[in-house]
Amino acid sequence: MNDLLFQYLLRLGDDSLILGQRLCEWCGHAPTIEVDLSLSNLALDLIGQATLFLGYAGEVESGGRDADALAFHRDAEDFRNCLLVEQPNGDFARTMARQFLFSSYQLALLDRLCSSADGRIAEIAAKAVKEVRYHADLAADWVVRLGDGTAESRGRMIEGLDDCWRFLDDLFAMDDGERALAAAGIAADKAALRPLVQGRVEQVLRQATLSMPGLPWQVTGGRTGRHSEHLSRLLAEMQVLPRAHPGARW
Amino acid sequence: MDIAPAIDRQLAGRIAAVLDTVPDPEIPVVSVTELGIVRGIVADEGSGAVTVRITPTYTGCPATQVIERSVREALDAAGFREVALETVLSPPWSTDMIDEAGREKLRAYGIAPPPKGAGARSLRGRDVVECPRCGSADTVEVSRFGSTPCKALWQCRNCAEPFDRFKCH
Repeated sequence: MNDLLFQYLLRLGDDSLILGQRLCEWCGHAPTIEVDLSLSNLALDLIGQATLFLGYAGEVESGGRDADALAFHRDAEDFRNCLLVEQPNGDFARTMARQFLFSSYQLALLDRLCSSADGRIAEIAAKAVKEVRYHADLAADWVVRLGDGTAESRGRMIEGLDDCWRFLDDLFAMDDGERALAAAGIAADKAALRPLVQGRVEQVLRQATLSMPGLPWQVTGGRTGRHSEHLSRLLAEMQVLPRAHPGARW
Repeated sequence: MDIAPAIDRQLAGRIAAVLDTVPDPEIPVVSVTELGIVRGIVADEGSGAVTVRITPTYTGCPATQVIERSVREALDAAGFREVALETVLSPPWSTDMIDEAGREKLRAYGIAPPPKGAGARSLRGRDVVECPRCGSADTVEVSRFGSTPCKALWQCRNCAEPFDRFKCH
């Protein structure tokens, strides 16, 4: 059970870590200073969640690895994040489409995890869910603003959403281990979350005068370490300093 | 702040007085106690060992580590080296934990405090937000995310002054 829990915590922590790192790439490049601040705030929250989940993962593993060791000294195939969060930012519409889908998912997930049978997970979820509500709200606002905006912004939002829709099955993927944890009340049953998330997404898309994209061919594998090449590049940038100077302190 | 019944009241009072002097690094007009970051002073029933419990405002708030260090240094300087420091997540910090003195100081500093009891009730700022400069209620949200994780950016339509507002959280 401990290894299952360790794997589950990596999934939770890696999603937050990788998306947080992706959002950091916007710092100084966003369309306005308010948006720049917002994206950095989201990144900060996500990295904070990652620190808590990966810190707990390290304790469960009892192999002497802390959150930093797990973040900076694992290679791409050892990461357990979903494929959606490692995708390149693209333009602002694509970043917001990705954020909208992920935050809608994460909000439903954390909401459920607040009553996890594992006290530590429940405690972290109760803390993080309050922050993620803001993320989901911000992203939904932009989906409506761009989707129901000019022909240009609308076209870009549709492209962004289409791009993200390839990773839906991967986002909700569960293996036997996670199902066992869900049966024990520790993990959330993602199959049960999916219609909730879909309902919320449909509601916002309607407001944005957009139709729900059809389900294109699905790419999966993130939860078992089969990633796109984009993750390696992201990790190269994120990990270069701690790997060049292991154990260095400020 | 909760003070466990098992602890010597005088000792707890002296420790609390030290904590009252530790400012928040981002908003130095309020202390970590006023902001609700100090969650309690507890004593182990067996050994009597005293622990100060603190909680982060936001999971990723960069001030958290600075706060831990400042609290540690203040305790050490006051001779409380043996008092332990523990970070707790539960119950999660909420703006309802900011005390009345803290709210007044925030307002005087130019940051609109959250209304008591607002908690996570209102994300979209449906509450009336008063400009901390001129007191006008004719204000508008510029950005839900501001200069620190705990603040949003607002502007007053009456005096045109931009101001920070504590997010209801």
